[in-house]
Amino acid sequence: MKRGSRWWRAGLLALAPFALAGCGQDVLVLHPAGPAAREIDRLIILSVILLLVVIVPVFALTIYIVWRYRDKPDNRAPYTPQWTESRALEWIWWSIPMVIVGVLGAYTAKTTFALTRPPESNSNVVTVDVVSLDWKWLFLYPDQHVATVNYCVIPTGVPVQFVLTSDAPINSFWVPQLAGQEYTMPGMALRLWVQADHPGNYYGHGANFTGKGFAEMSFTVEARSESAFRLWAQGLEQHAPALTDAGYQLLKKPGVTGRLSYGNFPKGLFDQVVWQDGGQYMSGMWGTPTMGSMDGQSGSNLASLGGGDGR
Amino acid sequence: MTSGFLQFANHYLMWNEGPLIWISDALIVLAVVAIVATLTYTKRWGWLWREWITTTDHKRIGIMYLICALLMLFRGGVDALLMRTQLAFPGEHFLNAEHYDQIFTTHGTIMILFMAMPFIFALFNIVVPLQIGARDVAFPYLNAISFWLFFFGALLFNISFVFGGSPDAGWVSYPPLTELGYDPGPGENYYLVAINLSGIGTIATGINFLVTILRMRAPGMTWNRVPLFTWSVLASCIVILAAFPALTVALALLLLDRIAGTHFFTVLHGGNPMMFINLFWVWGHPEVYIVILPAFGVYSEVVATFSRKAIFGYKSMVASLLLISVISYLVWAHHFFTMGAGADVNTFFAIASMCVGIPTGVKIFNWLFTMYRGRIRLTLPMLWTLAFIPNFVTGGATGILLAAAPEDYQYHNSYFLIAHFHQTLIGGVVYGMLAGMYYWWPKMFGFKLDEKSGKIAFWLWNIGFYVCFMPQYALGLMGMQRRMYTYPANMGWNTLNLASTIGAYLMGLAFLVIVWQILYSIRHGERDVTGDPWDGRTLEWSLPSPVPEYNFAVIPTVTARDMWWAAKYEGQMEHVRPRAEDIRDIHVPKHTARPFLIGLSFFIAGFGLVFEWYVLTAVGFASVLCCLLLRALEEDDEMVIAADTIRQHEATLGRV
Repeated sequence: MKRGSRWWRAGLLALAPFALAGCGQDVLVLHPAGPAAREIDRLIILSVILLLVVIVPVFALTIYIVWRYRDKPDNRAPYTPQWTESRALEWIWWSIPMVIVGVLGAYTAKTTFALTRPPESNSNVVTVDVVSLDWKWLFLYPDQHVATVNYCVIPTGVPVQFVLTSDAPINSFWVPQLAGQEYTMPGMALRLWVQADHPGNYYGHGANFTGKGFAEMSFTVEARSESAFRLWAQGLEQHAPALTDAGYQLLKKPGVTGRLSYGNFPKGLFDQVVWQDGGQYMSGMWGTPTMGSMDGQSGSNLASLGGGDGR
Repeated sequence: MTSGFLQFANHYLMWNEGPLIWISDALIVLAVVAIVATLTYTKRWGWLWREWITTTDHKRIGIMYLICALLMLFRGGVDALLMRTQLAFPGEHFLNAEHYDQIFTTHGTIMILFMAMPFIFALFNIVVPLQIGARDVAFPYLNAISFWLFFFGALLFNISFVFGGSPDAGWVSYPPLTELGYDPGPGENYYLVAINLSGIGTIATGINFLVTILRMRAPGMTWNRVPLFTWSVLASCIVILAAFPALTVALALLLLDRIAGTHFFTVLHGGNPMMFINLFWVWGHPEVYIVILPAFGVYSEVVATFSRKAIFGYKSMVASLLLISVISYLVWAHHFFTMGAGADVNTFFAIASMCVGIPTGVKIFNWLFTMYRGRIRLTLPMLWTLAFIPNFVTGGATGILLAAAPEDYQYHNSYFLIAHFHQTLIGGVVYGMLAGMYYWWPKMFGFKLDEKSGKIAFWLWNIGFYVCFMPQYALGLMGMQRRMYTYPANMGWNTLNLASTIGAYLMGLAFLVIVWQILYSIRHGERDVTGDPWDGRTLEWSLPSPVPEYNFAVIPTVTARDMWWAAKYEGQMEHVRPRAEDIRDIHVPKHTARPFLIGLSFFIAGFGLVFEWYVLTAVGFASVLCCLLLRALEEDDEMVIAADTIRQHEATLGRV
């Protein structure tokens, strides 16, 4: 009896760091700061609970069985070497996982579709085009006509669509507290919906390996109130230097840089990056490159298309 | 002259890269000198050539696979420890980014392709013919070729470290990162050529064992009586046959992109990197089932033997094996939920992936209920099997979390994923292979491995495992990505990373204890004189240990599912044992050097491809053709073991 309780306490102690870690602010995925990440967080919690329904009994059963039926001369537990079939029991454990997969599958489907839509129906959508480079992140604001490197600023309480591409190997755009990740692919543009509840700086990092400088590919998403966001953009537009075509070519060269800000950038730069190598395999998905003219005031063709693809 | 040598040394031998390379060079030279000296001193060159290099005996080939797998476990393990040393503290400079990138690439590639694969093939070879009552595999000659292709593939991959440079784009090798524009140099070519070399061998092995199991079962062994390990090998071979060609094609096309200027996977000129990623995972996901299914087979054998009880729900066990091998083809896109597929596609692959959990869950319950009302002996194979259960239940559960597409948007490429697949691949596959190694070791060598040191290794490994990988789940949720060679100190990742490193070293220590255990047991291990040290259930335990070259003096007739167990407990062992008057001459394949030479020729050709030295390639392929031609013209490739010799041998073993 005494021995058992000591084991129990040791087990609790061993689990303590994880429990503490779960509560700490450092566990970004479990501390969502926007509706998209919160939607995922809810699914995580639901699925963990569903799985614990199976895991806990299985663990208990394993310990019980190994303890009770161990091979000791004085063990008086029943021994039935020929008992190898039970239709009823097998029905039970074929159906339990099926039910769990059914329930979890339904919620997974629901969330998967939900994440392709803006977190809130709000006409006030902000677009940020993202280009992953070796080894830095370029953010282009088609409507504000400003650009940044390795940080971006978004307004709070408004759906922001990040339109992602790459002018380097495939990377992945990940801001754990605001939304799950999406790949940045050369020759493609994918969409990721993001929204922040409160002002704050949110950690972001490339999540798909791209070579030597990959570990340095972190960036910050700074969420500010809508008015502060507008002020910030105006400030950049007036004071920051412009990104030129030549400047972009320099930026594209492999290397690591800090934060940079630009008051302007070449019109159509994002589309040019997406289409530069032909992007043939995209034609069926996005239509022809000229479709961008549908949305004159946006600097981006692709963002306006919706395309049914990406999130 | 000296400047020419220096240039060679720096360019190909990478002597300018520092002590890591020098130490490796020195160790390789030392090891080679030691091996050559030992063989010469003990006059074992002839023995090595006759008994091993030219053999077509499935048991010896199996042992060679096992030795290679353990060596590669060591190499991959050293890679792992180098990585964990680098990540023990934030902002370390033990390795630079380039070295770290090479090391995680070789770690992943070696562990899955050159450690897990030969380990399962070791057990295929050693166990399957014995379990189904056959004299050898269906195609012994091809079996030897498979082994040598694997061996030289592994050799080619490993020399990249000291000659020309290792691949450095991750074991998944996604273009465009692996196209020439981003990754010049021979490293990536090594990866592509070496894997394809051994891949050809793997496909041949798949065919070989499929045919062996379909055609060479002893009379009376109906599908309802086939042992579960053999069933699992059958399921695994079906997956190999359907999955490996996709990898072969993907790697060959990428190699063409790199050395012939094609554009299959470039972004330019209509290529499409996503095509590679799809092909890779069309192989890659089934691949993990290829290695886990035989492990499931091992657990089934071990649980039944050491619970002294027939396996519970045999038919469900078979059905779930086959179901897993089918579902394994329908889940590949879960490796790239974040690549922009629509919600409909992601939902399909999410639910399909979760469905894998259903047959796997059933297997777990059936193993538990095999033990229920049994008599459980906590031997080494059983300990590893019992340790597998909580591991795989947890790893499976986190797998279901990862399968839920929206959750994967958060876990993808983070340490959460790393923790998950190490828990299933170590906790599932490696535990299974170790259990299998301990279980069938006496059958291979005629002695048991020492229990005491084995238990020390077991506990060290298991404690180390949890200390190493549980923190990685948390690190993933804290936002740490895989493949970062270093990390900042302000993310709160420091303590957990240090813990993980300590755990990794405990596992390394456990490996050393296992090596010690093997060396110790060679002299002091308990000898197996009965051939049935565990009170086994299937046919291989009816044979003496080690098994004679011809396996069964007389092929037994099978009348029950656990034939040997049934024979023992109905007192009818003579039905399984040979009778002197039934023994006839046995034809076995002659020893042949050609499979070895074919492997060597492929190696030379492959080495030429890596450096685009096409003369070498031409020589290599010409030599392959010569070998094939000579084989085609071969008339007499069998030798006869006379019935009298067999009778005498069986008599000395006390069996007739």
